[in-house]
Amino acid sequence: MRMPLLALLAKEPAHGYELKAQLEQIFGEAYPSPNIGQIYVTLQRLERDGLVRSQDVVQATRPNKKVYELTEAGREALVNWMDRPSDGPRVRDDFFMKLVLSQLTETSDRLGLINRQRRHYLGQMRSLSVLAEEASDRRIPRLLIEGAMLHLQADLDWLQRCQEELV
Amino acid sequence: MISGGERFLLRASKLTKTFDGDGSAVQAVRGIDLALRPGEFVAITGPSGSGKSTLLHMLGGLEPPTSGQIWLAGQRVDGLSQARWAVLRRRHIGFVFQFFNLVSNMTVADNVELAALMGGATRKQARARRIELLADLGLAAKADAAPARLSGGEQQRVAMARALANRPSLLLADEPTGNLDSAASRAVLRLLGRAHADGQAILLVTHDARVASAADRVVSLFDGMVMDDAAVRQSARPASLPSVLKLRG
Repeated sequence: MRMPLLALLAKEPAHGYELKAQLEQIFGEAYPSPNIGQIYVTLQRLERDGLVRSQDVVQATRPNKKVYELTEAGREALVNWMDRPSDGPRVRDDFFMKLVLSQLTETSDRLGLINRQRRHYLGQMRSLSVLAEEASDRRIPRLLIEGAMLHLQADLDWLQRCQEELV
Repeated sequence: MISGGERFLLRASKLTKTFDGDGSAVQAVRGIDLALRPGEFVAITGPSGSGKSTLLHMLGGLEPPTSGQIWLAGQRVDGLSQARWAVLRRRHIGFVFQFFNLVSNMTVADNVELAALMGGATRKQARARRIELLADLGLAAKADAAPARLSGGEQQRVAMARALANRPSLLLADEPTGNLDSAASRAVLRLLGRAHADGQAILLVTHDARVASAADRVVSLFDGMVMDDAAVRQSARPASLPSVLKLRG
């Protein structure tokens, strides 16, 4: 959660609850709703690392609140992150391990493994379709779901390649 | 001809198809058993060359099997002549193809009405059915347009209206989203889902996992044989997106 918090603070200083509300507003259901404790722990670590600094703001009727702002080092870390290409999701090596090793161990047949995996992916695909329908008028979650569906399609295509080569 | 009371709407047994290549025979389908209940939605998947389109064409009477049997609503149909198959299709089967195959010199409305008329409807019934279907598919405003004026997604929706015009017992589709972009695919998928919810039996061939995952059952072909035939079970109903996906960062 470090980078999203730095990005929000690049716009303007804010306190923990504001950051939580902004995350929820921007990502909608596409982001696991952050709990406030998690946000404060992350902010403390960012401060320890010199990427943000905080100031106590005195409130008349309530306890003081801490307002965080980005430091120069924080801005640099954010820009570095933004400018760096991201790795794609890792290939499912757990399944591939099973597939390759299944013949050594004679614990499972390869066709059975592939069939089970295909059923699992199709089940996931159906879940995503349901979510995609529900999110059809909200662009950010919809795009995230669409990305996941395209990855699943690739996984299924690759499963077919495994079947062609190994079964 | 199609009567109720049958356990299966469509059944195939030991179906094979051999094409004569240059000097060598190619076995495209090698002994497939398949059954579809009334109202069931089944997707056939597999790599290209696995025999899935050949299978669909045999089940729709577009291609005669080399051997094996096919029953449609209890009637043996594998030995029917092309002419008898044509009658059967007009009345009982709707067909959707990858490349729409609309009649280009007829309007959208006439494309749909013609299918209803050929299925035995009167002019008045055909017109009413066409109006109902086009409205349903969001195409009422395009009724008088030529198919070529429509986008690919719209043409495929018209093709679906045409396929459903004769209220078929069985809807067959060959890669119905194969030539469409993501948004148009979603629209076709939604229409298939709605037709299925209304009790329409659907058998389709697809490479698109989104389409396959909407089916009740997925049959996986490989090298002309069935490798798997299994119900699609949605992974436990996700409460929310984050329970399925996690953004990193």
